[in-house]
Amino acid sequence: MIAALEHPTGGSITVNGLSPDEAQRQRAYGYVFQAAGLYPWRTIRGNIQLPLEIMGFPKSEWKTQVDRVLDLVELRGFGNKYPWQLSGGMQQRASIARALAFDADILLMDEPFGALDEIVRDHLNEQLLQLWASTQKTIGFVTHSIPEAVYLSTKIVVMSPRPGRITDVIESTLPKERPLDIRVSPEFLEIAQRVREGLRAGHAYDDE
Amino acid sequence: MRSLLPILTVVTVLVALWYVAAIGMNSKWANDQATRAGVELSTSDLVADTWSQDRPRLPAPHQVAAELWKTTGAMVLQGKAMSKRSLIFHGWITLSATMLGFIIGTSAGILLAVGIVHSRAMDMSVMPWAIASQTIPILAIAPMIIVVLNSIGMQGLIPKAMISAYLSFFPVVVGMVKGLRSPTSDQLDLLRTYSTNINATFWKLRLPSSMPYLFTSLKIGMAASLVGAIVGELPTGAIRGLGARMLTGSYYGQTIQIWSALFAAAILAAVMVGAIGMIERATLKRMGMGGWVWFSLP
Repeated sequence: MIAALEHPTGGSITVNGLSPDEAQRQRAYGYVFQAAGLYPWRTIRGNIQLPLEIMGFPKSEWKTQVDRVLDLVELRGFGNKYPWQLSGGMQQRASIARALAFDADILLMDEPFGALDEIVRDHLNEQLLQLWASTQKTIGFVTHSIPEAVYLSTKIVVMSPRPGRITDVIESTLPKERPLDIRVSPEFLEIAQRVREGLRAGHAYDDE
Repeated sequence: MRSLLPILTVVTVLVALWYVAAIGMNSKWANDQATRAGVELSTSDLVADTWSQDRPRLPAPHQVAAELWKTTGAMVLQGKAMSKRSLIFHGWITLSATMLGFIIGTSAGILLAVGIVHSRAMDMSVMPWAIASQTIPILAIAPMIIVVLNSIGMQGLIPKAMISAYLSFFPVVVGMVKGLRSPTSDQLDLLRTYSTNINATFWKLRLPSSMPYLFTSLKIGMAASLVGAIVGELPTGAIRGLGARMLTGSYYGQTIQIWSALFAAAILAAVMVGAIGMIERATLKRMGMGGWVWFSLP
């Protein structure tokens, strides 16, 4: 809904003061989908360049912009490869680079690491935090994984399924510097527990 | 290389069957002739005769091959490649109508598909007519097209090309509609997040996605186009073109001529479809899809 791909049945959403439709027209956000969704007939460079072409960036900027984001997601040197030549994690990183290429203020990510295995996921989570630190962008991240949510977020919005409702909003007290093993600290587990309870509250009437 | 053995096996079996069938179909004539002449035919004489008659019901493969050579390669060696007795000449007549019709049909097909994909009204209105157009037997409508066009002064190439176009636009419409609609909702949503206009969506996503479909349709369209050109030569009593060769062959009982024209048409179709296949391979390879095309059907 933030991205105006769906429309709300009630209420209103503002994205930095704009309606989602206006925000879409102003190209205010980069979107990362569940699947990398790279176009198979374009190289990685071509894929990342796609939004630049469509948004009418001057041709002279394409190369520098693409090189910049390739560095950010640590895919330097893979620009001329085709998507099928890359692993799933690398493809997903390329799709993050594509979302970053046009320097939108907001990055929206819809379960971007859902299809990847645990180890790759941990690695990408760490990288995402670094990316966040270096770009200072607002990131909206949807996930089904509680540890992932707690590890990545400064603000966690817990939602219940059918009907989709917000059941809890948690401000994270974790520091900005987050090594992977913060996930066994008492503070982390406490927040994770609160998320779990929020989810369970949302699910409760499902079972009975 | 591995595919060569099965192909050769099938060809060998077919040729063997053909020789056997030739004995069966031509033996009546051979026996009648022998009875009239009052001689008794041994089995080997009979077989030899059935494979070498002037006007057999079913000519043997080597007779067709010899006729093919006589009317193509041999004439080239004599410097008479474009003589009226040359299959190269007749093949060229048919091929030029085929190509013109193919270009018209393919362009019309692609334009219609673009319209159908972008306009709901066209989707509802054009598609049923396109399908209906293909249920009309081409043999019924071909003479009418020729007669109507002839009455407004168009003869020769154009009417035949129209029939070719009529047959070849349909596979292109169907294939391209499917191809232009093949992008997934994720791929389309991505462009929506860039608020991409219809034009850019077409050039950056729909058209590239449709390429594999396009080439498959082009191959079918090319074959249909050739059939259209040949059919277009039949009803008018044309004297030039592969269809005309088949027609005159059937008037005069020249079965060998009919069969050699038939094979010339088949070879022509194989070459044209093969050429499209090569363009397909090169294009998809340039699009980074070279890995896939080896699995697609010819």
